[in-house]
Amino acid sequence: MTETILQTRQLGKRYGKRWAVKNLNLEVCRGDVFGFLGPNGAGKSTTIRMLLSLIRPTEGEAEIFGYPLKSSRSEALQRVGGIVEKPDFYQYLSAYKNLEILGSLSGGVDRKKIYEVLELVGLSNRAVDKVKTYSHGMKQRLGIAQALISDPELVVLDEPTNGLDPQGMKEVRDLIIYLSRERGKTIILSSHLLNEVEMVANRMAIINKGELVVQGDVNALLNEGDKSVILHAEPQQKVIAVLKSKEKLFKSYDVREEDKFEIIMDFIFIPELNKALVDAGVQVNALIPMRSLENLFLSITENASQV
Amino acid sequence: MSKLIYSELVKLFLKKRTYIGFGIVLLIVPLIEIAMKLEGGRFLTIAMRGMSRDFLFFGNLFNGWFVAHQIMNSLWFHIPLLISFVAGDQLAGEATAGTYRLILIRPVSRTRIFIAKYITTLIYTVVFVFFLAVLSIGLAIILLGRGDLIIILRGVLILPESDVAWRFLTAYLLAAWTMITIASLSFFFSSFVENAIGPIVATMGVLIIFTVISVIPVEFFEIPKNYLFTKYLDMWQKVFQNPVPWEEIKNGILFMGAWSLGCMLCAWIVFERKDILS
Repeated sequence: MTETILQTRQLGKRYGKRWAVKNLNLEVCRGDVFGFLGPNGAGKSTTIRMLLSLIRPTEGEAEIFGYPLKSSRSEALQRVGGIVEKPDFYQYLSAYKNLEILGSLSGGVDRKKIYEVLELVGLSNRAVDKVKTYSHGMKQRLGIAQALISDPELVVLDEPTNGLDPQGMKEVRDLIIYLSRERGKTIILSSHLLNEVEMVANRMAIINKGELVVQGDVNALLNEGDKSVILHAEPQQKVIAVLKSKEKLFKSYDVREEDKFEIIMDFIFIPELNKALVDAGVQVNALIPMRSLENLFLSITENASQV
Repeated sequence: MSKLIYSELVKLFLKKRTYIGFGIVLLIVPLIEIAMKLEGGRFLTIAMRGMSRDFLFFGNLFNGWFVAHQIMNSLWFHIPLLISFVAGDQLAGEATAGTYRLILIRPVSRTRIFIAKYITTLIYTVVFVFFLAVLSIGLAIILLGRGDLIIILRGVLILPESDVAWRFLTAYLLAAWTMITIASLSFFFSSFVENAIGPIVATMGVLIIFTVISVIPVEFFEIPKNYLFTKYLDMWQKVFQNPVPWEEIKNGILFMGAWSLGCMLCAWIVFERKDILS
C-alpha cells in the first residue's frame, strides 16, 4: 500500500476577512510527483508556506511523515527540502558558502555533498563565484541545489521554472524526473504552467480561490469529462451548415471567433467531421484535439469561478 | 548551537555593511586625535580658561588619556547609530534579502536561529566597542603620551596616571553593556519590519526622545524618566568619579540588563509568531 507522507486536513489561512486558503485537504504519497496547480493568486504559495512552516495556518493542520507540523515542526521538516517562490540568497557569498550555511541549519553538510548537489544542477564550476554574479536561471538552479542539500525525501518546489527560458525549463523538468525516478524523491511541484505539470506529474491537485477544486491521478483526470476540438475553418456559414447536418458526430459547438469553433466531441469522429467539411468546400486550416491538462484546468477554474 | 552562531558570524563578517562602522571609527578617531595634537592643547586651555586664574596646573595634562576620555563622548549618539546600523539589519536584513525563506524552512527551531542571531549581535557590539577602545586609547597614547587624567565635568578632578587604566577598562566594559541595550532595542525593531532602515531610524528616534525627556527639567517627566534606559546611558562616566559610586553603577547594570532582556524577549515573541510573507 502506498504510504501517505504529507497530508493536510481542513488547512486554512485567513488574512483579515479574506481566506487565502480554505478547507484544503491534500494527500501526497511516497514516490509521487505531485503537481499543485492553480492560476496566479489561487493560494499555492500560501499553502506551500504553511507546509514549510513559514506562516501559521489559521485553521486545520498539516502532517508530514506522520509528524504534526504544529507540535513537531523540527521532526516534520527533518526530511524536507524546498524552494519558495523566487530564489534569493546571500548575494555577497559564493554558492558554496551559501550551501554550507544552509546545510549547517539542517545538521551540517560536508564539502563532498555540496559539490555533489552543485554538480547535479550544473553549477559546480561556478561554486566559488559570488551569487550576485549569477543569472536568474543559475539562481533558480541553485535554489534547487539548496533544497537538496540535506538529501531530503520530500522536495517542495514552488514555481521552479519561473523566469527561465525554454531550455532552462526543460532542464528543470528533466531534473525533477531524474530526482523522482533515479533518486526516489517525492516531489511537490507548484506551478501555473499546466503543460509542465502534465509532463512530469503522476498526481495533481488544482486549487482555485484558495479552495481545492480537484485532486487525483493525472491520467484519470485527463480522461474525465468532455473532450473538445478546436476547429479553425472558413467560411463560417459553410462550417455551421456542415455542423448542423452532422449533429450526431458531436455534443455541442460554440463559435469562438469568425473562423474558430470549439466542438465538444469524441476524438474518434474527427476524421469523419474533417471529411464532411472538406467535401462541403470548407477550407479547414486546423483541427486541434484538446485533451490536455490545460483544457481541464481552464474548464475547472472557469467553472469554479462561476460558482 | 555553536554551528549556528558560526554561520551567523560568517554571514555578518563577510558582509561589507558590517565594516562601515569600523571604517568610520578608523577614520574619525585618528582624525580627531591628530587634529588635537596639532592644536597642541588649545582645546584643554579653552575648557580650563576660568580655572587657570585661580589654580596652577603642573605636568602634561593634555595627554593621550585626556583625549581618549573625550572620544568616549561619542558613546552618547554616534556609536549607538553605528551599532544600530548592524543590529537593525540582523533580522530585517533577512526579510529584505528574502533569505528568511531559506533559513526558516529548515528543521532547526526558530528560537535557536533567534538566539544565534542575538548572540552574534552581542558579539559584534562588544567587538565594536573594544575596537573603539583599543584604537582611541592606543593611538592617543602613541600620539600624545601619558600622564594624569583631568576630568572636567561639573568641576575638575585629576586622577593620577596609576589610577587611570583600570578606570578606562571598567568604563569600556560598562559602555559595552549599555551599547548592548541599544543593540537589543534595534534588534527588537528589526524583528517586525522588513527593511533595515526602519530599525535604525526607530532606535535613534527612541534614543533622541528618551534623551530629551531625561535632560529637560520638567516635573511632568520626573517619574517617567526613571524608567528610561537613557538614565544610565552615561554609566561609564561614573567610573571617572572619585570615589566611584559603585552602588549606582550596580543599579545601572541591572537596569540596563533588564532593558536588554525585555527588548530581546519582545523580539523573540515577534519573531516566533511572525508570518514570513517576504
